[in-house]
Amino acid sequence: MLKEIIFYGRGGQGAVTAANLLASAALKSGNKGVQAFPFFGAERRGAPVKAFARISNEEIFLRSQIREPDIVVVLDTGIMDVIDVTQGLKENGTILLNTPRNPSELSLPYKTATVDATTIAIENEILVGGIPVVNTPMVGALIRLLDGVKLEALQEAVMERFKGRAGEKNANAVKVAYEKVKL
Amino acid sequence: MIQKLPAKKMVVTGDYAAAYGALLCDVDVVAAYPITPQTLIVEEFSNFVNDGITDAEFIMVESEHSAMSACIAAQAAGARTYTATASQGLALMHEMLFIASALRLPIVMPVVNRTVAAPIGIWCEHNDSMPQRDTGWIQMACEDNQEVLDMIIMAYKIGERKDVLLPVMPCLDAFILSHTVEPVDAPSSDEVADFIGKYEPHAMLDPDNPMAIGTFTPPEYIQELRYQNHVAMENAKKAIKEVTKEFADEFGRDYHGLIEEYKCDDAEVVLITVGTVTGTAREVVDKLRQQGKKVGLIKLRFYRPFPREELRSIAENVEAIGVYDRAISYGSGGPLFIETRNALYGMDVPVLNFLAGLGGRDVVTGDVEKMYEILMKAKDSKPDKEIYWIGTRGVSI
Repeated sequence: MLKEIIFYGRGGQGAVTAANLLASAALKSGNKGVQAFPFFGAERRGAPVKAFARISNEEIFLRSQIREPDIVVVLDTGIMDVIDVTQGLKENGTILLNTPRNPSELSLPYKTATVDATTIAIENEILVGGIPVVNTPMVGALIRLLDGVKLEALQEAVMERFKGRAGEKNANAVKVAYEKVKL
Repeated sequence: MIQKLPAKKMVVTGDYAAAYGALLCDVDVVAAYPITPQTLIVEEFSNFVNDGITDAEFIMVESEHSAMSACIAAQAAGARTYTATASQGLALMHEMLFIASALRLPIVMPVVNRTVAAPIGIWCEHNDSMPQRDTGWIQMACEDNQEVLDMIIMAYKIGERKDVLLPVMPCLDAFILSHTVEPVDAPSSDEVADFIGKYEPHAMLDPDNPMAIGTFTPPEYIQELRYQNHVAMENAKKAIKEVTKEFADEFGRDYHGLIEEYKCDDAEVVLITVGTVTGTAREVVDKLRQQGKKVGLIKLRFYRPFPREELRSIAENVEAIGVYDRAISYGSGGPLFIETRNALYGMDVPVLNFLAGLGGRDVVTGDVEKMYEILMKAKDSKPDKEIYWIGTRGVSI
């Protein structure tokens, strides 16, 4: 079964890395088809960015950008004021938001999940230039919404991407987010 | 020399696959100019050098023109060389490309296909590599990152064969491969060393035994040299088929030579694709086949040498052929369309041209479905035109 995911964030938040980590973890979990790529724009720190991921238990041949995702992941809810992140989202699709609020408080017309990734990032000291980096906890929360991507596989992928102490902090943040995501 | 590298499964970009392929081939010299439109390929390779995984000489030059010049000199001195480029950088290299092929130096250089300015664009278009058609380089296009890595390995083996001795340019679509991560199986360095063997240069610059190459040559000699280069390129067809077969036997991945046929057996119409659109077209063919439509797909892998005989043999059994191009030769048509129609000269089958994805525009399944729809119509009634600009504002189909 093919799952298509779009990550929305701001340049520098690590949306592209999030998509790549998901792809690595999905392969480690035994999925045959994994693919992750950025929206091919001009990168600017702070500007809204998009990244895409496809996961399937069969090989993936499709090369176009994702227009009708199964899941959208929003790293920074501030961009929802300027971008319609639910554009193309499948009717039974899910939206995962980085917010301390509960899904029921938001009353969105889609299945909604929330996780306070910013607080998790701060508590785990994942900061770049004093700014919390929320990409790893967001992927941790995301895999709860997916069948077939294991927590241990994601932690392993994170430890490969970030060496030493940074890897441990990120791997822990992944686990905390995985447990704390509100569905 | 490189450190021993075990076989492994990676999730990497096309850029990384291209760099890792060169690492596995134990290249001696890499020359590069690291600025846009250069991609991460040479940066990834410089990391291997910095980390001590290879003792290859990494030469930072002052332009793409110099990068090719440095590779030519190093290869002529007996080294296995490598560089990478894209769009404007390749255009600047153009002059030196002729020299590499005429001196019969089997340099390997992946090209990330990017838009040639103006206007400035870093996205996928084939208008950078296709104008290099007549430079004497073997030129091919990859469909996925696995093929990128595998093709770098095969490129050395094909180019270094004594009956070929030509430089090779594997092309990969900008962003769609270069910046996309996907699974890639990498063989071990020992397996690759066994497969490609040691590079044995046919003539080597040597300070102890001085000679000059590529010098002033009068008309009494040049025409024969041109003929020899043409023969070498024709020989490359056989070499490509044999090497892809040997590669399949060794590593289990079969690329079928110059072209790959997909569901062509009983097809009434076929579409010829190049690069990553092939993957999307596979999905469309599967869907249309489920609806009972007899459609097939030809993945064109090599632009030079051009698979004339293979295409003629397929054309005998189909009622219409479409050619997808991601480049345009103004005033004529897409380069692959021009080439295909020439290859099929004298055959009674309509050949149509579909232009899409120029400047990096996303090519979606709907675009490819449209191409097949036009082809199905063309088999029943003579089409009123040959060139179709798919998804182009202000242009009706």
